[in-house]
Amino acid sequence: MSSAEPLLRVDDLRVEFHTEDGVVHAVDGITYQVMPGKTLGIVGESGSGKTVASMTVLGLTRYQGAQVSGRILFEGRDLVTLDDEQLRRIRGNEIAMIFQDPLSSLHPLYKVGKQLTEAILTHRDVSKKAARGRAIELLGLVNIPDPANRFDQYPHEFSGGMRQRVMIAMALANEPKLLIADEPTTALDVTVQAQILALMERLQREMGMAIVIITHDLGVVAEMADDIAVMYAGRIVETAPASEVFDSPEHPYTWGLLRSIPRLERDREEALVPIPGTPPSLLRPPSGCRFHPRCVYAQPSHSRIDPALEPLPGAPDHYAACLLEPQLRRGLWSALSAGATPDEAKQSAGYVEESPEGSPVA
Amino acid sequence: MTRYVIRRLLWGALMLLVVCLVTFIIFRVLPPGNPALMRAGRNPTPNSIKSIEHVLGLDKSLPTQFWDYLKNILLHFNFGYSYGSQESVLQLIKERLPATISLTVGAAVLWIVFGVGIGILSALRRHSVTDRTSMGGALLLVSAPEFWLGLVLLYLFSSDIGKIKILPGAGSYTALTSDPWKWFTSLLMPWFVLAAGSAAVFARLIRGNLLEVMDEDYIRTARAKGLPEKRVVRQGVRASINPVVTLMGLEFGILLGGAVLVETVFNIPGVGRLAYQSIVNADFEVIEGTVLLASMFIIAANIAVDILYAYLDPRVRYA
Repeated sequence: MSSAEPLLRVDDLRVEFHTEDGVVHAVDGITYQVMPGKTLGIVGESGSGKTVASMTVLGLTRYQGAQVSGRILFEGRDLVTLDDEQLRRIRGNEIAMIFQDPLSSLHPLYKVGKQLTEAILTHRDVSKKAARGRAIELLGLVNIPDPANRFDQYPHEFSGGMRQRVMIAMALANEPKLLIADEPTTALDVTVQAQILALMERLQREMGMAIVIITHDLGVVAEMADDIAVMYAGRIVETAPASEVFDSPEHPYTWGLLRSIPRLERDREEALVPIPGTPPSLLRPPSGCRFHPRCVYAQPSHSRIDPALEPLPGAPDHYAACLLEPQLRRGLWSALSAGATPDEAKQSAGYVEESPEGSPVA
Repeated sequence: MTRYVIRRLLWGALMLLVVCLVTFIIFRVLPPGNPALMRAGRNPTPNSIKSIEHVLGLDKSLPTQFWDYLKNILLHFNFGYSYGSQESVLQLIKERLPATISLTVGAAVLWIVFGVGIGILSALRRHSVTDRTSMGGALLLVSAPEFWLGLVLLYLFSSDIGKIKILPGAGSYTALTSDPWKWFTSLLMPWFVLAAGSAAVFARLIRGNLLEVMDEDYIRTARAKGLPEKRVVRQGVRASINPVVTLMGLEFGILLGGAVLVETVFNIPGVGRLAYQSIVNADFEVIEGTVLLASMFIIAANIAVDILYAYLDPRVRYA
């Protein structure tokens, strides 16, 4: 990464929820940074803590009684320690957020125009008339036809894709420096998805804002992200520039994500490989490497040792938290990316099963 | 919209006809007592009963009686005469309407203000002492019948039999036009008793709705925009009111039913008390008149609520 100051620096962020069943460690010590004007993609399955982590940046988890520790430095200010009022002035102004479900994210009883202008009037000291003009301009900016008439309509008169455009317009109303987009296209038709992503990219270029895009779909970040962080069970397990994540992924979980994407150039006979099992409970996460119960390459010792997120030798921007030897990982991925099954890959990479005591079987 | 209102009004008229028929069947076909017998003195002869029945028109066939009754209402706006006093039912009701309107309108104001207010407060301070106290109180008030609550209050606070003599007791109703202050103080307890149940139901409903709404995605959006929390709550309240409005029409009917009990307990000369007395005296035409009046108000209230709903929720369109 460049030597410039990051816009957002999240440092060992932890978010806990105290429930009747115990403490849920939704986010368990994650660290990442976003440079001005760049895009970070946070990828993971549902329940990996990616949404909670991002909502915490805006302080939105405070309303759900979350316990937050660590630091969230935004232009040098630590958002974790700001009081509600200071944080409110940043929300929707310097940092904006759009959400997964555009159908339920707009208030059903207020006109779209009112919902847009209130975003402007909250942070800007302008007349109502000026705010109206700006709102109509924003609707045009996100390609909503006939914005002046649309201004006076209610959300139910808009399609899903149009409502997400309205959400984007609302988020951009005050020209934020950072836009957090939580699964912005998941609830939309595939054709509309591409339009929304293209729109976000165009607006990013025009306004020069940074974007954190949260998704379970590597295809979405492939197009947009400069960097990718892969989250699993409340932690980041791999982070690297986007091209490296796609070309030389290091973590078996990332392999699983990549191999479950359908690709046109692959042979039709070749089956998609799902990741076995389900994401773990964040109430009682697995011991050792959190991915070990679902990892085909896990050794018995991996249920005891908790891997740290460490830079790869020779690739200082690429971090992974995996207990397998780097050389073995490279061998496994090169076999897997050539279409081998996990067992074939193990064989060709010289994978040796440990004995339960922890020493390799002779 | 106009077409919708016209259709609803026509349905309302049909409904009133059905109400007439049902009341007629209940009180004349399955009578609680023979009004002629009750008026024939200590040792009635079959002849005297017959002649009284003839005077009251009860010797005609039931369909003829019903037909005459409807004809009088529709053609002459004549709701019949009391068997006891021979006064016109319309006149009897007119005389008693101000007291009943005073009672129900005042109670409705208390009901809405306290129901909505306490519900919002409880939801915003969930699990606080305020919340627990008001929800506990609400449960108590929902469960307490009006006649019981009324008697308890009279026993505690009325100036004649009360332990703490601070409010005028039963039978102290004064018309608004003759003494506004007396009118107000004499109605305080009745208002409270009549409003208590409905207010409690509303408080619990609003609390539940608001708690649900505050978890909605659009509330998260409002916060993400950086709206001050006060405005966020206002948007939540706005959304949580709607489902409750539908219930207002129904609850209004319950309120009118409660008015009969409250007027009886507090001895308020209103339509409810008139209804009660006429049931005791088997005064058929008065009963029918009061039931018809109550039905009219309930139907009108429900139409009003439905129209109001179209204004409150832009997604609702009537055709």
